[in-house]
Amino acid sequence: MPLLEVTDLRTYFTTDAGVARAVDGVSLQVGTGETLGIVGESGCGKTVTALSVLGLIPSPPGEIVAGSSIRFNDEELLGVKPARLREIRGNAISMIFQEPMTSLNPVLTVGHQIEEVLRLHRGLNKRDARATGVALLAEVGIPEPDQRFDAYPHQMSGGMLQRVMIAIALSCEPRLLIADEPTTALDVTIQAQILDLLVSLQRKHGMALLLITHDLGVIAEVCDRVVVMYGGQIVETGATEEILTRPEHPYTQGLLASLPGIGDRDVRLNPIPGTVPSAVDWPDGCRFRDRCSFAWERCAESAPDLLPVDAGSSRSARCWLVDPDDSSSGLAGEPT
Amino acid sequence: MTDASLSAVLPGFPQMLKGRWGAGGMSLTVWLGLLGVLLTRWARFGAGWGGPLDHQIASLTVVAGLLGAWGWSMFDVSRPAEMERSGIGQWSLTARAFKKNRVAVIGVMVVVWIYLIALITPLIAPHDPATQASLLTARLVAPGGEFPLGTDHLSRDVFSRIMYGARISLSIGFIAVGISVTIGTLLGAVSGYLGGWVDTVVMRFVDMVISFPRLVLLIAIVALFESNSIFLIMAVLGLTQWPGTARIVRGEVLSLREREFIEAARALGFSRRRIILRHVIPNALAPVIVTATLGVGNVIVLEAGLSFLGLGLQPPTPSWGSMVSDGRGYLLDAWWISTFSGLAIVLTVVAFNLVGDGLRDALDPRLRT
Repeated sequence: MPLLEVTDLRTYFTTDAGVARAVDGVSLQVGTGETLGIVGESGCGKTVTALSVLGLIPSPPGEIVAGSSIRFNDEELLGVKPARLREIRGNAISMIFQEPMTSLNPVLTVGHQIEEVLRLHRGLNKRDARATGVALLAEVGIPEPDQRFDAYPHQMSGGMLQRVMIAIALSCEPRLLIADEPTTALDVTIQAQILDLLVSLQRKHGMALLLITHDLGVIAEVCDRVVVMYGGQIVETGATEEILTRPEHPYTQGLLASLPGIGDRDVRLNPIPGTVPSAVDWPDGCRFRDRCSFAWERCAESAPDLLPVDAGSSRSARCWLVDPDDSSSGLAGEPT
Repeated sequence: MTDASLSAVLPGFPQMLKGRWGAGGMSLTVWLGLLGVLLTRWARFGAGWGGPLDHQIASLTVVAGLLGAWGWSMFDVSRPAEMERSGIGQWSLTARAFKKNRVAVIGVMVVVWIYLIALITPLIAPHDPATQASLLTARLVAPGGEFPLGTDHLSRDVFSRIMYGARISLSIGFIAVGISVTIGTLLGAVSGYLGGWVDTVVMRFVDMVISFPRLVLLIAIVALFESNSIFLIMAVLGLTQWPGTARIVRGEVLSLREREFIEAARALGFSRRRIILRHVIPNALAPVIVTATLGVGNVIVLEAGLSFLGLGLQPPTPSWGSMVSDGRGYLLDAWWISTFSGLAIVLTVVAFNLVGDGLRDALDPRLRT
């Protein structure tokens, strides 16, 4: 039984332009101690998926459509009482946000903010909470934790603040850590340090990690399995190495092809043409077909399901190209 | 002479020599003033301990003020120089910006002094505020001599009445604003954070209260009650003052609620009550402090207005507004009654407004240099 099991999650937002189907039928599992990466462009539904898991979708305008299911540790989280949800948040499931600079309360010391979580979820008294908090700061690699404990957020750098955020997220030893673009706002050298820290802490505490990013480099470094999202849906999923070396879905191929390589300064970048369509008005059929160089009539006629790539493997892709029964494309089987 | 020994004799003086005239001047004037009171009113000071409550408070204030000024100065000269500049938290930055505003610092000094005088009035007032010296010989006596600011039409000492009146005006200002800030902040924060129908109900209620002519409302409420006790006036003023605060806080909370650290707080499993009280309100406090300070002046003027209309406190309780009203009929023969009580209102309100303006500038990071 997986630790987190999301089944057919649909999160819709009511906007002036119509109903935005931000997440539209996502199913995924995260096993105990496993690292799952969610990758995709801005607006593909990565963050909304994560916020839905924690029940943090503002309603209205957001709504999780009936028929969706989010099971954590064999407990259905959708429709659960708010008090129970608060027990789980920050305790069994923690989350790290993208912007460490703005994710901490500016008028409280960082120590105060760590203490608050420890006292709320673990019922520690003030003295124990401080001792535990200082130990946590030391564990996430903050020098002079005893002094830093009483610092205000604006006195610390972005990298340090992200370490503080990690310390807060880990303070109750969660079983699942959701990291939403944890390194995007940091500069490259700090990014590597924070990733290393996350991985080592994950191993040490045996927690599962749901890592959301748009950076395939981060995915390659950290994740066991990858989910590629496009247009509010999963378009491809499988083991990291297979996805990165043998992508099946044209979108994944495009993502990989658009990465700049070191040294080839003369080679032009190879972006995916076009832009992500609006969530209010997804195209009929395959949502990627307007930008796909392989698209043919069948892609407009009907939308492909998430089809298994090889029989017996866990890999699947949402593309008619992997449909073994199809011959209409003319290049059935291996796309090149 | 070392700083420490100088500060033992004249607290605040060493600080003034170093250019910190605000804090230094404050403790020096408090020290000298209270020392003067102690020496000239020694008998009353001693008798105060066994007397009525306000007398005891007055004697206590003298002791506390003297010890405070002396203790602060001694502590300040003994601490290492770098310590005073070390704070970079929000409040020490604000304090530093505030100190640069000379007019606002003077406002603080005036406010502190008005409060001190109000507290020690029983020790320093030359006469009892309600005692009539003599209706035959001491009516409408011009300022000077036994009556520094003259007497009113009932032969009461204007100077003493103004000092006693300060206690009334300041406590009304302080408590009414306390009530209004508490209600306004809580309602504004809850309304802004929760949104939806709660927001609609609270804000329509605010609109309703604001759309009422305030003075008419006050007159109606006060007229409903037979006896106008000071608590009634405080409550009525406080309960009609909060809508402005509620609106300001709501506006602030509407933008705070979208900030990431509030989302992070929710992701950590904090309850709505905890988020509102511990995370939202402290971040929305800067404009509240400003409106509160400005509100004190506003409430004092309103109370004076009510008293002027005869709807304030019961005579013979001395109140600045009722004194202005009393002197109205004698303006040509005895200008001092209305003029000096009016000046007391002006001085107090201007001082509070200066402090409020200074706080507004100091709390706004965009205006800091």
